[in-house]
Amino acid sequence: MENIHPITILMASIFTSNMILANFLGMCSFIAVSKEIKTSLGIGQAVTFVLTGTSVINYLIYHYILIPYQLEYLRFIVFIITIAAFVQIVEMIVERYLPTLYYSLGIFLPLITVNCAILGVSLFMVIRSYSFLQSIAFGIGSGLGWMLAIVAMAGIRQKIKNAPVPKGLQGAGITLIITGLMALAFIGFSGIVNIQ
Amino acid sequence: MTRKTKEIFSLGILKDNPIYRQMLGICSALAVTNLMTNSFIMGLGLIFVASFSSLTVSIIRQFTPKHIRMMVQTLIISAYVIIVDIVLKAYMPDMSEALGPYVGLIITNCIIMGRCEAFAQSNPPLPSFLDGVASGVGYASVLLIIAFFRELLGFGTVFGYTVFGDWWVNWIFMIMPPGAFFMLGILIWVANYYVPKESEEKPSMGGAK
Repeated sequence: MENIHPITILMASIFTSNMILANFLGMCSFIAVSKEIKTSLGIGQAVTFVLTGTSVINYLIYHYILIPYQLEYLRFIVFIITIAAFVQIVEMIVERYLPTLYYSLGIFLPLITVNCAILGVSLFMVIRSYSFLQSIAFGIGSGLGWMLAIVAMAGIRQKIKNAPVPKGLQGAGITLIITGLMALAFIGFSGIVNIQ
Repeated sequence: MTRKTKEIFSLGILKDNPIYRQMLGICSALAVTNLMTNSFIMGLGLIFVASFSSLTVSIIRQFTPKHIRMMVQTLIISAYVIIVDIVLKAYMPDMSEALGPYVGLIITNCIIMGRCEAFAQSNPPLPSFLDGVASGVGYASVLLIIAFFRELLGFGTVFGYTVFGDWWVNWIFMIMPPGAFFMLGILIWVANYYVPKESEEKPSMGGAK
């Protein structure tokens, strides 16, 4: 994995190996939050920021603390603690210095801790043995890709609000079907870049 | 006791099934279901983690300060997930490779956290353990149903054994991500028609999303 240019990884993680549409990560909040464009944009920005921050911190911790002391098997616990702590600190800083942003994000910020996309990116980073720059690019790209998917989904869901959806399919069911169609469309990008 | 046990199982597996009813833990439900063997191992792992972390959370519930309980639960869950990961690496290296990051992602699987928070936190150890098993079995059975159709249509096999002969043209589409989304969507549709809904909404449901 050493020869892939970081920009290639950035583009690939936005389009071809999108966190939601190709790796199914962050589905819980994706279905729960994608009802309005404005809130999904907010949570998308928060996820992108947290993803970038935690992938950098987890990279440093994994390569400079866990590997030298041969504690790789502890990575699950360490990563999840880092993520929880990072979210907590970001929440405090945002509350102190950017109160307007804090109120617009509201409950979404603490919920990010249990978003599987965040932990997933850190674990993918270890499995694919990315370098430092590649990890940053992967973090940013995954966040942007996640945001792209959730905002697009919110736009579609606003349009189908009044559509005559069959009763059993309303809510989560139709959301999943639309996600499938979106994933199908995104497969069309797969010729551009591929990092699988 | 037996009546209560039965109730726990019918809730966890059918009426309150974590995947199609509560929409919890669908990330991994979609990701590992292209092969039945993968889904089976993933289901076993989840049953193990869900039951034992519910048990542990329930045992120490009196000594856990309220405001740090989330952190404690996460640490307990991570410890069990590490056990699963190490066992898989040692005895089934191929499977560990195939499941990739999704074993680690059991930690953020909302089912386990949700059950710890909603049930184990306020119930004695044995029912909590059974509740964990029931949720895990509910999860695993949905996984197997989705995987059955995806593998059958995508490869023409079940558990790796060829079912359809040479005449079968594989639906590559079913193995790819869109197939997973469509399968789960259809499953939810079918489930909403045939499984009766629990009339009273439980307010404590879905502590973690």
